[in-house]
Amino acid sequence: MSDLPLSPAPASHAGHGAGRSPALHHQFEDLAQQHEAGEMGMWMFLATEVMFFGGMFLTYSLYRMQDEAAFAAASHQMDLWWGTANTAVLLTSSLMMASAVHAAQTSQRKLLEGMLLATMALGTVFLCIKGYEYYEKYREGHMPLFGLPFRYDGPSPEHAEMFFGLYFIMTGIHALHMLIGLGLLLWLWAHARRGGLLGEFSAPVHITGLYWHFVDIVWVFLFPFLYLIGAHG
Amino acid sequence: MTTLLSPELDSSREPAAPPRRHYLNAGYTVRSWLLTVDHKRIGLLYLLSITFFFLIGGVAATVVRLDLMTPAGDLVSHETYNKLFTIHGIVMIFFFLIPSIPAVLGNFLLPLMLGARDLAFPKLNLLSWYIFIIGGLFTLYAIVAGGVDTGWTFYAPFSSTYSNTHVMATAIGIFITGFSSILTGLNFIVTTHKMRAPGQTWFRLPLFVWSIYATSLIQVLGTPVLAISLALIAVERGLGIGIFDPKLGGDPRLFQHLFWFYSHPAVYIMILPGMGVVSEIIPCFCRKRVFGYAFIGFSSFAIAVFSFLVWGHHMFVSGQSVYAGMVFSMLSYLVAIPSAIKVFNWTASLHKARITFDTPMLYALGFVGLFTSGGLTGLFLAALGIDEHVHDTYFVVAHFHYIMVGGAVMAYLGGIHFWWPKMTGRMYPEGWARFSAILIFVGFNLTFFPQYILGYLGMPRRYHVYPEEFQVLNVMSSAGASILAVGYAFPLTYLLWSLVYGRLAPPNPWRATGLEWQTPSPPPTENFDEPPVVLDEAYDYERMDAAAGEAQARAGQEVTVV
Repeated sequence: MSDLPLSPAPASHAGHGAGRSPALHHQFEDLAQQHEAGEMGMWMFLATEVMFFGGMFLTYSLYRMQDEAAFAAASHQMDLWWGTANTAVLLTSSLMMASAVHAAQTSQRKLLEGMLLATMALGTVFLCIKGYEYYEKYREGHMPLFGLPFRYDGPSPEHAEMFFGLYFIMTGIHALHMLIGLGLLLWLWAHARRGGLLGEFSAPVHITGLYWHFVDIVWVFLFPFLYLIGAHG
Repeated sequence: MTTLLSPELDSSREPAAPPRRHYLNAGYTVRSWLLTVDHKRIGLLYLLSITFFFLIGGVAATVVRLDLMTPAGDLVSHETYNKLFTIHGIVMIFFFLIPSIPAVLGNFLLPLMLGARDLAFPKLNLLSWYIFIIGGLFTLYAIVAGGVDTGWTFYAPFSSTYSNTHVMATAIGIFITGFSSILTGLNFIVTTHKMRAPGQTWFRLPLFVWSIYATSLIQVLGTPVLAISLALIAVERGLGIGIFDPKLGGDPRLFQHLFWFYSHPAVYIMILPGMGVVSEIIPCFCRKRVFGYAFIGFSSFAIAVFSFLVWGHHMFVSGQSVYAGMVFSMLSYLVAIPSAIKVFNWTASLHKARITFDTPMLYALGFVGLFTSGGLTGLFLAALGIDEHVHDTYFVVAHFHYIMVGGAVMAYLGGIHFWWPKMTGRMYPEGWARFSAILIFVGFNLTFFPQYILGYLGMPRRYHVYPEEFQVLNVMSSAGASILAVGYAFPLTYLLWSLVYGRLAPPNPWRATGLEWQTPSPPPTENFDEPPVVLDEAYDYERMDAAAGEAQARAGQEVTVV
C-alpha cells in the first residue's frame, strides 16, 4: 500500500521526464497502470484471506456436521440482539467507507475526513459490542479458554464447548482484522487531514476500502454461522 | 523475442568494458542495501540469507548422516536426533527451498524478463525480505533455545499438546515467513499482469515467467492455509481450545488435511521454478527453439491446479475413508501427465541439437534425470497398495529428496551459474564449475539411491536405531552425503572467488535470447537504458545464430560455433 503515493509532495519523481503525474511511482508508465496494479494487488491479497478464513470455516463445518443439534443448542446461547445490532453497525460502516472512497475520488476533502472518521467510529462501536459480548460469555461460563471452567447445562456439553471455542477463534481473528483495518483508516485519516489522498492520489482509500468491505463480508458469513443456527425452529 | 539481434550486441567474444553505473555500484553503504527497493539488490539479499539457512540445514543433515553410520544411534541422544531432523526439514523447506528460486532468481529476473523497471510493488518486496528475516530469527531462536522435535510436519496432537520443545516460537516463525512468501507471490502475479513491456505478450514470455507465475498462484492460495493450521496449533497450545486433540474433543486428522492442503502444493512451489530455470537453460545450450512452448507453459498451470487436489495421498494410512484414498490416488496420478509433458518436451528439445555441456546445462540435464526418477517413484507412492508398504520409510525420504535436492537444488544451482554473469558482472571458473556439478550429481545419487532400497526393505524414516543388516546401505548414503557436501563447498568458494578474480562478463555470455541479456552485465539500476520493445517470440535461437553467422561472414571472420 505504501507503494502508492499519498500526496503531491516528493519532487524526486520529476526526474523521469516531463508530463509525469507527481502521483506516479517510478516503476509505472502511467496512472492507469499504477491503479490497476494496486487494485489487483489488493484483490490477490483478499484471495489469500479467503483461503485463510476458509481453513477456519472448514474446521467449523466439520465439527458442526459431527453434532448439528449440539451446535444449534449452543448457538441459542448467543445474544441475537447484540449480534444483529453489530451486523447493522458494520454494514453501515461499509456504507461510510464507500462514501469516503467517493469523496476521495471527487476531491472533497472535508467529506473524506468525515467519512473516514465515521467508518472508524462504527468499527470501534462494533469492537466494543463484541468485547461486551465476550465479557457476557465469560460471566456465563461459556468461555473455554485458558482452562476457565465451562458451565453448560444443554445437551452434549463437549460439542458445545467446541462451538464456543470456535466462536472465540473465528470472531477473534475477525476482530484482529478489524483492528488492522482501523489502523489503516487512522493512517489514511492522518493523510487526509494534511490534504492528501484526493483525486489522482485517492488509490490508497479505494484499496483500503476493498479490505474493509472484505472484513465486513466475513462477518456476514460469521453472523448466521454463529448466531442463527436453527433460529427458524 | 528479441528486439536486437544485431552483431554489436552479440559480444560474447570480447568482454565489454564494465558499465559506468550499474545496480551494484549505485551505493556502497549498508543503508543503500538494507533500504533498497531495487528488485536486483533484494534478490541478492535473499541470496545471502538463504545461503546462511542452507548452511544451518546442511549442518543438521550432516549430524543426522553421521549418526546413521552405525546401527546403535550412539552419536546423539534420541531427543537430539528428533530435533536435528526437525531443524533440517524446517530450515531447508521454509527458509531455503521455498524462497530459493522465486525469491532470488525470480526477484532478480522477473522485471528484467518482462522488460520492466521494477516489480509492481518495490517497497512491498523489501518488506517481504524483512518479514522473511523476522520469521527466520524466530526460528533461529527456537533452534538456539533448545530446538523443536515435532518434525517439519507438526502433527497434532503431539505438536499441540505433548511436545515440550519450542513449538510455539517455531510455529510463529513459519507463520510470519509465510507472509513473505504470500507477498512475494502477490507481487509477482501483479507484475506479470501489469508490467510487461510493449509487445511482451503472454506467448512471448520466457517459460521461466510462466512457471514463476504458476508458483506464485500456489504461494498466494496455499500459504494462508498453512498459516491457519499453525495458528490453530498455537491457539490449542496457548488458549487450550481443543481443535486437534482428541482428548479435548478435536480431530487430529483435521490438522493433517489442513497441513497437507498447503504442504503438498508447497512441493510444487519448490519444483515449478526449477522447471522454469531448466526451460531457459536447455534451449540456450541446444541452440534451438524449445520444443512445445505452449505445452510447457500450460503444464505449469496444470501442475499448479492439480497440486491443490492431491493432498490426501499423504494420509493413506491415517484412517481416512478408503474411497477418499482411491480418489486422491487417481488425482495424484494425474499430476504425472503435465510433469511428463515437460520431461518429454525437454528431451525433444535435445533431439538433433548442437549441445554444449557448459555448467548450467550439466545441472539442467541432471535435473531432468533426477526429477524423472523422483517423479516415477512418486507414482509408486500414489498407489494405495504400495504406499501401505513404504509409507513413512526411507523410500519416501529418497523420493522427495530426488525431487527437492536432485530437482530443485540442481535447478537452483544451474540457474545461479547461468545468471551469475548477469547478477555480478563476473564469469565463474568453468572448469571448477563443471567438476563440482558432476561431483554433486555423483554424491547426490550415492546419498539417496541407497535410501530407496533401505525404504523398500522397511527402514522407517526418523529412526536413528536400526538393525545391523541396514548398515552397509546407510554407510553408502553417509559417504555420498560427504561427497555432496564437498560438491556444495566448491561453488560456494569459487563463486565468491569470481567476484574479485572472475573474468569480466559480457552482456550476453551465452548468446541467449531474452530481454535480460540485452542490457549490460550487471544491469543499470533502472534495468534498461531504453525501454525495450518486444517484437518476436522467445527462444528463436536458429534465427539468432543465423544472423550472427551472416554478420561474421560479412566481417570476413571465420565462422565458429561456440
